[in-house]
Amino acid sequence: MRVLRVLWEFGVDFVIGDDPKIAIAVVLSLALAAVLLVTGVLSGPAVTVVGAAAVVVTFTVSLVVDIRGGIR
Amino acid sequence: MTAAEWGLLASAFLASFVECVEALTIVLAMGVTRGWRSALAGTLAALVALAVFTTAAGYALTSWLPTAALQLVIGGLLLIFGLQWMRKAVLRSAGLKSEHDEQAIYEEQRAAAEGSPDSTILGVDAFGFLVSAKSVFLEGVEVVFIVLTFGLNAGNVPLAAAGGFAAAIVVASLGLAVHRPLATVPENTLKYVVGLMLVSFGTFWSMEGLGIFTDSGHSLHWPGGDWAILALLAFWIGWSRLLIIRLPAHAVTRR
Repeated sequence: MRVLRVLWEFGVDFVIGDDPKIAIAVVLSLALAAVLLVTGVLSGPAVTVVGAAAVVVTFTVSLVVDIRGGIR
Repeated sequence: MTAAEWGLLASAFLASFVECVEALTIVLAMGVTRGWRSALAGTLAALVALAVFTTAAGYALTSWLPTAALQLVIGGLLLIFGLQWMRKAVLRSAGLKSEHDEQAIYEEQRAAAEGSPDSTILGVDAFGFLVSAKSVFLEGVEVVFIVLTFGLNAGNVPLAAAGGFAAAIVVASLGLAVHRPLATVPENTLKYVVGLMLVSFGTFWSMEGLGIFTDSGHSLHWPGGDWAILALLAFWIGWSRLLIIRLPAHAVTRR
């Protein structure tokens, strides 16, 4: 159990780092793009562009949340 | 070597250099406070674990995962690492976050190490061993992902690996020579540059990898093909500069 806990903590530290908002932003953007692709709303090339735009938007929102909340 | 190969070597070297400097700072702090035996044993153990991880992960990723899934996994991770680096770089350049300071981190680690209780594992100090091992492994795994991405994208993993290996040798040699943190390395600028590269490649790869969810399971294609990487790089440079200019107006700082 201790080994699993250490591995879990390492994984979290490795992927999430010191700001979970970034990982959430990336996962949300990829999930949105995947839904648009699977449901046939957009074609493949359009999904790449819209997905990238979603990354830009969610990243910018996470930065604004950071600075509105006060950072050190 | 061609210009593209030099570019690949330099990119892998720079990205790996930043990670190695961070690991060196922790290992030095442990070596000075907890003893070099435990710090070097931890470093060696992490390097062995890293070699096993790289071999296993590399084999599994390239043998079992379809190309699109590989792009999605590695691209997604690169995007997370790159955006984390860019977040810090943007906030620092906008004056909203204190500068990264290897000397301060070194002093902090030293103080933590001096205040920790003594216990041993197989005859070496447990704290120094574990902290050194974790630091080297954590930074090392990031180097592996960076090298794999740059190498696979350019179709030349050995050259990218040579860049990463050279960075580790240079940083270790500098650390041995000066015996203190490499505080004069312009780490913030390097992180910004490398963050831009990681985000551009990460965006490109992760979106192409979404093709795993289609019936064919093949990678998606960006408009413009590989030229989209350059367009993404140009966009992220411009967007990050814009954020640096505009964000301070919205800030509520508690510095």
